[in-house]
Amino acid sequence: MSRSAYNPANRLRRYVQTLPAVLVIALLMGLPMVMMGFVSIVERAPDGGVHWGEFTLRAYSNFLFEESLMGGVELNTDYVTIYIRSFVLSGLTVVGTLLIAFPAALFIALQPQERRNFYIFLISIPFWVNLLVRNYAWILLLRTNGLIDQALIGSGIISEPLDLLYTDIAVAIGLIYSFLPLMVMPLYAALEKFDFSLVEAAFDLGANRIKTLFYVIIPGVRPGIVAGSILVFIPGLGAYVTPALLGGSKSMMIGNLIENQFGAARDWPFGAALSFVLLIVVALAASARILFGGKEKHL
Amino acid sequence: MSSARKIILGLFAALAAFGPALAEEEKKINLYFWPAYIPEELLQRFTKETGIAITLDLYDTNEALLAKLQAGATGYDVVIPSDYIVPTMVKAGLLQKIDAKAMPNGKNIADGFTAPSFDPERAYTAPYTWGTTGLVYDTAKTGGELPDSWSVFFEPGPLSGKIASLDDEVEVFNAAAYYLGIDKCTETPADAQKILDLLLKQKPDLKLYSSSATVDRVIAGEVAVHHIWNGAAHKVIAAVPTARYIYAREGVTQWADNLAIPTTAAHPDNARLFINWMMDPKNIAEVTNYAGYMNSIKGSEPYLKPELSRDASVNMPAEFADRMRPSKECSPTARELRNKVWTKLKK
Repeated sequence: MSRSAYNPANRLRRYVQTLPAVLVIALLMGLPMVMMGFVSIVERAPDGGVHWGEFTLRAYSNFLFEESLMGGVELNTDYVTIYIRSFVLSGLTVVGTLLIAFPAALFIALQPQERRNFYIFLISIPFWVNLLVRNYAWILLLRTNGLIDQALIGSGIISEPLDLLYTDIAVAIGLIYSFLPLMVMPLYAALEKFDFSLVEAAFDLGANRIKTLFYVIIPGVRPGIVAGSILVFIPGLGAYVTPALLGGSKSMMIGNLIENQFGAARDWPFGAALSFVLLIVVALAASARILFGGKEKHL
Repeated sequence: MSSARKIILGLFAALAAFGPALAEEEKKINLYFWPAYIPEELLQRFTKETGIAITLDLYDTNEALLAKLQAGATGYDVVIPSDYIVPTMVKAGLLQKIDAKAMPNGKNIADGFTAPSFDPERAYTAPYTWGTTGLVYDTAKTGGELPDSWSVFFEPGPLSGKIASLDDEVEVFNAAAYYLGIDKCTETPADAQKILDLLLKQKPDLKLYSSSATVDRVIAGEVAVHHIWNGAAHKVIAAVPTARYIYAREGVTQWADNLAIPTTAAHPDNARLFINWMMDPKNIAEVTNYAGYMNSIKGSEPYLKPELSRDASVNMPAEFADRMRPSKECSPTARELRNKVWTKLKK
């Protein structure tokens, strides 16, 4: 960095130059969050909407407790159950995408430069089409007597339709498919920078392939794995369209639960509180990156 | 002259130069509508006849419409609330007075729709269409005719796994309430528990909950029985001659959708013009032909497609009239119970 960067006038100029970005973030991200936080601590209006100025923490206590018929307070695990389901599903999606994306990213990173760009281009193509449309495409593929059933029955591999649609398998396929590019990209970025002469060195020193993978390559690309996992995990928590369309909407996800509070339940403060709880959890997940991913720089 | 006034005057001058005179509304309206509820050709004809351009935006539940307007959404000129939500919207000051009966075409409102309980004077709403929420099934898939009862839906026996439910808290809860003979607006936790027990018992028999693509799902043979709105049932029956619609003997929700103008509408005069235009029998008939829901306007019959009047799902046989249960807005206590049932059903 040049010496002039430390000049106070330059520093001021840099602050001024970053001001538009700061303002955009404050207005478009900060303000809605403040509003959401505010709505979560005011009294609900019975027909929807809120009574501004009447403060209560009812929305937060509702997350865990409900009034029993006798007027006492008892634990209500319904909402926690829905949160746990979303977390488990999101975690499984991370594992699934990682298992598929790691070999794919490794393969791409080992190609000559021109071909790598072509493969990355292929990975990015699904982003050009809306997620909803891609999920509908999976309905056509997975439905009873759909394309997959027809292909398998036609080739004599199976004789009865698989009935894949509206099952947990369909949800898993949909989620892994949707988030796969988000895992491939950071893994590829890390593997591309990885010094593969280290692999040769490991072989020379007598390590076999498995040992080389686990003791040399994976530790070397750990920041990429952490980044990819967070990129998949956080939107996975909000997954909403895929479980509803491919899973048959039998179990709520956090997203459905929150939407329901602004819809039929007409309980805006509770919806806002549910969002806020999710926000806090996601913030904790993101700080996991600082704890586990950031260390790598200091090695 | 202060600089602020100069700027304001400048803006007015610009408006006068580029836009139409301020006294007259811009030639456009924004509709906020249910999906697949008005044919594209009809919108184009309205624009051709009146010179008013239409923008169409969609929502999928009455509660979504309510929440959006409560949150202060502006820019919608015509909305289409169902019966039960109308009093709530009026109370919240979200709808403006239109006095539909005094409009030139107000005389066309069909008997039985001139003084509905949700808007007795027709002060805030004009009628659009009405329908029922029942079951459609394909006799080719069920091995014959089924009884006209919700038992088909809640205790399917051999049809287990071939049944789809609407993904709609209100409709699902109401169907269970009819079957059990419980008031759908019950405030008694024990009643709500009975409804929850029934729905939990039914859940493994269901293939899925979904309110969208219902027609395709039955036609493609993915399910044999579908909880459905009757206009969609009509589309199924038109495509699959072996399909039938059930008016369950325990009770069927009858609902009525209405045109209204939000308080925040930017083009209220055009919106009135549109609503009056839609009460012309020739125009509203096209909606019925397209969507499969009967309209509430006198004199539209000559313009209806003949297959509509032949189809019992659209043209309700008179003997089922006493099975109709008008939809209604429940008390906050009842709604809270209903929502708890829904959350526990899907937790």
